[in-house]
Amino acid sequence: MSLDKATVAKVANLARIRVEEKDLEPLAAELNSILGWVEQLGEVDTENTAPMTSVADMQLRWRTDEISDGGYQEDIVANAPGHEDGFFAVPKVIE
Amino acid sequence: MGMIIQGATGDWEVVIGMEVHAQVTSKSKLFSGSATEYGAEQNSQVSFVDAAMPGMLPVINEKAVEQAVRTGLGLKAKINKHSVFDRKNYFYADLPQGYQISQFLQPIVGEGVITIDLKDGETREIGITRLHLEQDAGKSIHDQHPSMSLVDLNRSGIALMEIVSDPDLRSPEEAAAYIKKLRSILRYLGTCDGNMEEGSMRADVNVSVRRPGEPFGTRCEMKNINSVRFIQQAIIYEANRQVDILEAGGTVDQETRLYDSVEGETRSMRSKEEAHDYRYFPDPDLLPLEFDDAFIEKIRADLPELPDDKKARFVNDLGITAYDAGVLVAEKEIADFFEAVAKGRDAKLSANWVIGELFGNLNRTGKSLSDSPVSADSLGELIDLIKDGTISNRIAKEVFEEMFETGKAAEAIVEEKGLKQVSDTGAIEAAIDEVIAANQDKVAEYRGGKDKLFGFFVGQVMKATGGKANPGVVNQLLRPKLDG
Amino acid sequence: MSDLTRLTIAEARDGLAAGKFSAVELTAAHITSMDAARGLNAYITETPEKAVEMATASDQRRAQGTVGKMEGIPLAIKDLFCTKDTLTTAASHILDGFKPKYESTVTTNLWNEGAVMLGKVNLDEFAMGSSNETSFYGNVVNPWRRQTDDQPLVPGGSSGGSASAVAAYTAMGATGTDTGGSIRQPAAFTGIVGMKPTYGRCSRWGVVAFASSLDQAGPMTRSVRDAAIMLEAMAGFDPKDSTSVDMDVPNFEAALTGDIKGLKVGIPKEYRLDSVPAEIQSLWDKGIEWLKAAGAEIVEISLPHTKYALPSYYIIAPAEASSNLARYDGVRYGLRVEGKDLADMYSRTRAEGFGSEVQRRLLIGTYALSAGYYDAYYLKAQKVRARIAEDFNTAFKEVDTILTPTAPSAAFAFGEKSGGDPLEMYLNDVFTVPASLAGLPGISLPAGLSGDGLPLGLQLLGRPFDEETVIRTAGVLEEAAEFTAKPSDWWRG
Repeated sequence: MSLDKATVAKVANLARIRVEEKDLEPLAAELNSILGWVEQLGEVDTENTAPMTSVADMQLRWRTDEISDGGYQEDIVANAPGHEDGFFAVPKVIE
Repeated sequence: MGMIIQGATGDWEVVIGMEVHAQVTSKSKLFSGSATEYGAEQNSQVSFVDAAMPGMLPVINEKAVEQAVRTGLGLKAKINKHSVFDRKNYFYADLPQGYQISQFLQPIVGEGVITIDLKDGETREIGITRLHLEQDAGKSIHDQHPSMSLVDLNRSGIALMEIVSDPDLRSPEEAAAYIKKLRSILRYLGTCDGNMEEGSMRADVNVSVRRPGEPFGTRCEMKNINSVRFIQQAIIYEANRQVDILEAGGTVDQETRLYDSVEGETRSMRSKEEAHDYRYFPDPDLLPLEFDDAFIEKIRADLPELPDDKKARFVNDLGITAYDAGVLVAEKEIADFFEAVAKGRDAKLSANWVIGELFGNLNRTGKSLSDSPVSADSLGELIDLIKDGTISNRIAKEVFEEMFETGKAAEAIVEEKGLKQVSDTGAIEAAIDEVIAANQDKVAEYRGGKDKLFGFFVGQVMKATGGKANPGVVNQLLRPKLDG
Repeated sequence: MSDLTRLTIAEARDGLAAGKFSAVELTAAHITSMDAARGLNAYITETPEKAVEMATASDQRRAQGTVGKMEGIPLAIKDLFCTKDTLTTAASHILDGFKPKYESTVTTNLWNEGAVMLGKVNLDEFAMGSSNETSFYGNVVNPWRRQTDDQPLVPGGSSGGSASAVAAYTAMGATGTDTGGSIRQPAAFTGIVGMKPTYGRCSRWGVVAFASSLDQAGPMTRSVRDAAIMLEAMAGFDPKDSTSVDMDVPNFEAALTGDIKGLKVGIPKEYRLDSVPAEIQSLWDKGIEWLKAAGAEIVEISLPHTKYALPSYYIIAPAEASSNLARYDGVRYGLRVEGKDLADMYSRTRAEGFGSEVQRRLLIGTYALSAGYYDAYYLKAQKVRARIAEDFNTAFKEVDTILTPTAPSAAFAFGEKSGGDPLEMYLNDVFTVPASLAGLPGISLPAGLSGDGLPLGLQLLGRPFDEETVIRTAGVLEEAAEFTAKPSDWWRG
């Protein structure tokens, strides 16, 4: 499997990272070198192996249904680069 | 009956599948302890977890698990004791994590079934593909600021059940019946309040068309429709749009479309579609969700009687018509009200009063059952007065109007207005004598063989007693006097 | 008064208890040292006022008879731990100005045990790196230099600031986080002790996430005993972290019995790599001899899938990161670069906010999860990971602990491995990554010097939640190694 410029552009868009046209080619080369090295995983027989899900032998714990959090609007928007009347503010989204 | 669109080149059948997002009834969110109540001040029901602050982690709400299992049981579905939470990755202003925690390959509930009720008492079984738990997103408001969209995360992280149907629906009516039935079941179970206006139930509707008997056509998905009427309108518009394309020799593109209820049309949302690659993978902040049979059985033991079973019982045990039973079980509140009225009373008479007089008056005044001025108990008392002969059926209707108007008890009204039925033979006899004396000509005609006049005399006697005479007693006393 | 900064945590604890000095004095000495060491660029944010305030409160508590496990001990906190109202950056431009309104569980635990915060220390951006060369706040310098030249060296990474701060005596200990070796490798490069406990032992709540299934906090100190003391204070069950294990925290210090007679120590043959310098191989051999001399039984073991650990790590960690870092979008905190619409704002913010190594990993991770490649990359890597964990399970049926080198080299110069091929840098984690993938506890301790006078570390690994055996063995090894070398304090202004 080899990544071309177009694929890198597509992946960058998925990851919402703006990549300049001139950087696509070198990035593709770098990513290809890493992916090429990763190819060796193909040598491992995983036919009957389940993917690892958790390190510890434990079960998911459940929380009791009670209101134990929230109620601090100021703290929620305190760090926002744009906020207005307790809302987060972002460039207008047109649907 | 399926919907058939007659095109110039032949008939087209409409195929519909639904994905309903139902907000789980719970105090707190799926993975955080903030409140779920509707209509709170912006960002006041948001925790650092819901706002996806760095380093925040999800912890699952047991109530959400319980509600999903309860719903699964209500849909007669397979409950998966092992399920997995995945991340669905995409960027959006009201999706703070940049991913939604959902269930992709291994949902908590598998295949089930819903029986929908159609016109004329007909029913159809609609397959349920799956039910899974996921987080709701926040809300963007676009019209409050000239250049900015404002984001409120109160809804962010609230537990949703996504309930997916098989593509078994064949008409807008069936789709409507499906969503109504699903809503009814969820409300019976207490797992979702079914409030479509507040967004606690939204539907994504998949529509395709095909030649009858042929494989499925390409479908389009219309997202987030929040009324039964709009669902039907969207299906009709979309099915016709697809037929027009196909008839013109074109092909339908699989895509997400927006239903615009103002314009009454569906529009492509291709701009949003372009980069959809959700990159699902198991959420490493969570372990697989697991529970045992005992957990399921405990919930099963606690299940309420659901509409289908209730309907069957009303028909079989109470002798109510299928139609009436269907009306009575549609909403749990109605069924509960009816059962309270009918308890220890004539079920058919009770059903008639609930469906006829009560609903009639509620509809007329635009009231809902919950604010009915007549309670189940007082309607029951009124029926008791009819049964024990205190008032006639006709008087009872008058009394009911008064009850509905004033909220007073039936007995008080009867007492106050002196509406008690007269069964005193002396008083009735006197009235009969008066009527006979005043109508000697008619008496002669009757005795000459004109039997039909008997009714006239009954009417006159009733009139003379102000309608309060017991009609049975009148009959009994009148005939010998007329016969002479 | 002798230089208080030269004490270990255990010594300071005794000195404070005996009233030889106060927490305020101890803290003041470290603040002076921190000031003098600015050239190392170990700290992103210094919080001397807060430190004095906390130390004063500590002295008051002590006067009232309340003494926590870390009472009065001044610490540096890796800037990946969220600290309430104190700038928290993850060494990234994208978290510009971010002051959390909450405190991480691990730091909360430390403060509850009486510790004092000196400041927030530098790291590789989002903990992605092995040399601390990817920080938006600049490179951290290793206090150690080669005997032969004055060239500045990397402290290792990603907890490079933590390592440098502790090695340069500006803090008695520091928190680190380890995803693929980020505690152990910088500890080895700077001649200190670094311990990664079992995954699930320390809460991840409030720690900026890199790779959720791997990230684990741990102590970085100047002795094994100090690591035991500090780990005990950091660890503990946290209901806010679904992967935190509900298990009592043992008295780790009590594990330091010095007795390892009959202990079975595994030596994995796959870790004997030709590419590793002879001096590291021979240090490893020395370690074997020391343990043998202390009565341990040495067992050669095989961890057959070792060579696949790095490639699977470099799929799994970036894949998780690509999702974990999606929240940095310029909406709720940190940097925002305006764009023509929302999507444009996202991609400009993220392009400017993330450095090149972070971007590279986000792209790899995104690709590894994308439609059509998920099975080949991510799923395959998770399966290989299961095989690697299986290898360890098998080995630990036979042995109680495993001894290996910590890193394949000593500290290197800036730019030496960060020039062209990213793979060269990745290979630094070859000995630390396998245990990370399996979630096992591991410790690195300084055991000798390289030919040009740089510290080298040995690593001990243990069974899940058996930190005690690791600590006990490390204690014996530490004593045998008699590592007393110190960097010359050239950096003091």
